[in-house]
Amino acid sequence: MKASAAGKSHNTYRIALAPYSAWSVLFVLVPLIFIAFYAFTDNNFEFTTENITRFFTATSNLVQDDGSTQEVRTYLLIFMRSLKLAVISTAVCLLMGYPIAYIMARAKEKTQKTMVTLIMIPMWMNFLIRTYAWMTILQDTGIINGFLARLGLGEIHIIGTETAVILGMVYDYFPYMVLPIYSILAKLDGRLLEAARDLGCGSFSVLRRVIFPLSMPGVISGINMVLIPSISTFYISQKLGNGKFFLIGDAIEGQYVANNLHFAAAIAFILMVILLTVMALIKYVTARCVYGGD
Amino acid sequence: MEKIIELKNISKAFDGETVLDNMSLDIYDNEFITLLGPSGCGKTTTLRIVGGFEHPDQGDVIFMGERINDVPPHKRHVNTVFQKYALFPHLNVFENVAFGLRQRKVPKNEIKEKVDNMLKMVMLSGFADRSVTSLSGGQQQRVAIARALVNEPKVLLLDEPLGALDLKLRKDMQQELKKIQKNTGITFIFVTHDQEEALSMSDTIVVMSEGKIQQIGTPSDIYNEPVNAFVADFIGESNIIDGVMLSDYRVRFGGHTFECLDTGFAPNEPVDVVVRPEDVDIVAPEKGMLCGNVTSVTFMGVHNEAIVDIGGFKWMIQTTDHVEENAYIGITLEPDAIHIMKKSKYSGMFGDYSSYSNELEELSNPGGEDEE
Repeated sequence: MKASAAGKSHNTYRIALAPYSAWSVLFVLVPLIFIAFYAFTDNNFEFTTENITRFFTATSNLVQDDGSTQEVRTYLLIFMRSLKLAVISTAVCLLMGYPIAYIMARAKEKTQKTMVTLIMIPMWMNFLIRTYAWMTILQDTGIINGFLARLGLGEIHIIGTETAVILGMVYDYFPYMVLPIYSILAKLDGRLLEAARDLGCGSFSVLRRVIFPLSMPGVISGINMVLIPSISTFYISQKLGNGKFFLIGDAIEGQYVANNLHFAAAIAFILMVILLTVMALIKYVTARCVYGGD
Repeated sequence: MEKIIELKNISKAFDGETVLDNMSLDIYDNEFITLLGPSGCGKTTTLRIVGGFEHPDQGDVIFMGERINDVPPHKRHVNTVFQKYALFPHLNVFENVAFGLRQRKVPKNEIKEKVDNMLKMVMLSGFADRSVTSLSGGQQQRVAIARALVNEPKVLLLDEPLGALDLKLRKDMQQELKKIQKNTGITFIFVTHDQEEALSMSDTIVVMSEGKIQQIGTPSDIYNEPVNAFVADFIGESNIIDGVMLSDYRVRFGGHTFECLDTGFAPNEPVDVVVRPEDVDIVAPEKGMLCGNVTSVTFMGVHNEAIVDIGGFKWMIQTTDHVEENAYIGITLEPDAIHIMKKSKYSGMFGDYSSYSNELEELSNPGGEDEE
């Protein structure tokens, strides 16, 4: 009786899960298989590794400032540029986000709620609109320069620089850094901080020796959540970089638009493999170093 | 003995609610002192004031002759064993214990030596590399003690450290703590709501209620000579009966005049009479000083616990003799079984077993152990 009842409840469980399983298979697994399939086939859908090789070997000539040309590996260069901008954005998000998350976690409960809402409000607006908003702010004739001109100061040129792209990325992905760190810090056991003070730690030592190590899981998930979308972003760089900073996301988009589906899939596939490796590495390193082996 | 900590006229309120009310206490060097009382009596707050985690609204905290009201916790020569231990989950056993030493930049080899010794003392020698989250409650408890003691504090504060352990382990840890205190000579300030724990471990017990000290004394003083009905009821079981002190050595209650050992009361002064359940002798009704009906008998292992209705007042009597429910019995009291207390605001609130139930007592304690 009991066994069959347990079996029944197990079956019920499965039936209840069925829609989600179907959803996952249809919208997660199948697209991934398609990407892999396209990445390794040519236009006639015959197996080839040409697309993958092309990513690593395609070259183009880059015109230097002094007029000379230099041959570079196109996609590796684009990838490294994407990585650089993403790493800088992530670092900026972390450096700005950690203190804010810390302040939020220590504030009164009501203040905490307000601050969480304030940080989340931009996420309710469309990503494209937000990016356009930054264009109007940063343009040479935009709000910032208009303001500077009125103050009688010279104008600054931001739009179309790497700074503008980084600014856009930081703005867009900032909440994804703050919220995971905040949620860990808010749950931190206050008695651990008292224990640290009891054992001779001043405020800074408490932060360095207890709060920061214990918040590492939040920092790691924040890094993952900012680094990954900012590596593969494409729209921000087109709008705020004036198309001068072609990123890996732009490359994928460009290839799709040009109907090079197989090569686009190959770039996406390589990017995914690299990101998964990076994530696994981060996870491994933190598991080893941060929590003393368990 | 030398005074190590003096609390002078300490008052403390949280959100307008008084937690400590003009409390003064001297703590001596090398003493095992226990703050004992129910939830919300202010014992934990007292401890936190000594530790530096709370600041008194009024009054002074004196440590070895110096006022330390404004000294932050990390600069005080005290360490704390926290309720539920508060071990650092990101560090292993060794690093937890070494935490304070690393902060003081003690040389590495010295740290190793001290931590190893300390782990040996708390019988966790093989556990240095283990993660603290993999330890049992009793083991975590030992790590917490080692982590505090390795810093060689002048005073060790223990905030209900045994509350989360099961009974057997608790008894063992009581013995061990007492031993550690004797061997190290460090002053222990121990907070508990468990009177048995307090009686078995302490040199001095401070009984607290409603932010005030009710009585300070040795365990036997507190048990044998409680100053008021609160203390008598809180420490062990007590029958507390209204009586009149006729003259020195003579007290009348329950319609009978008893010989006692107490003096110093005004003639015919109303008093509270305390009789411990184990001090009552059961005799045949015709030989009894007082007589009554047994309303219930509970077998407790070593003894029987009988509730006896004597003239409407329910007495608790503990006896190794056999007692029948509903039997009519007599009781006699030796003079040294009777303890007389002055009337206090607690008179009449305790000491009658008419609605007695252990379970009820626990259920009706809303605060539980998580008093902050």
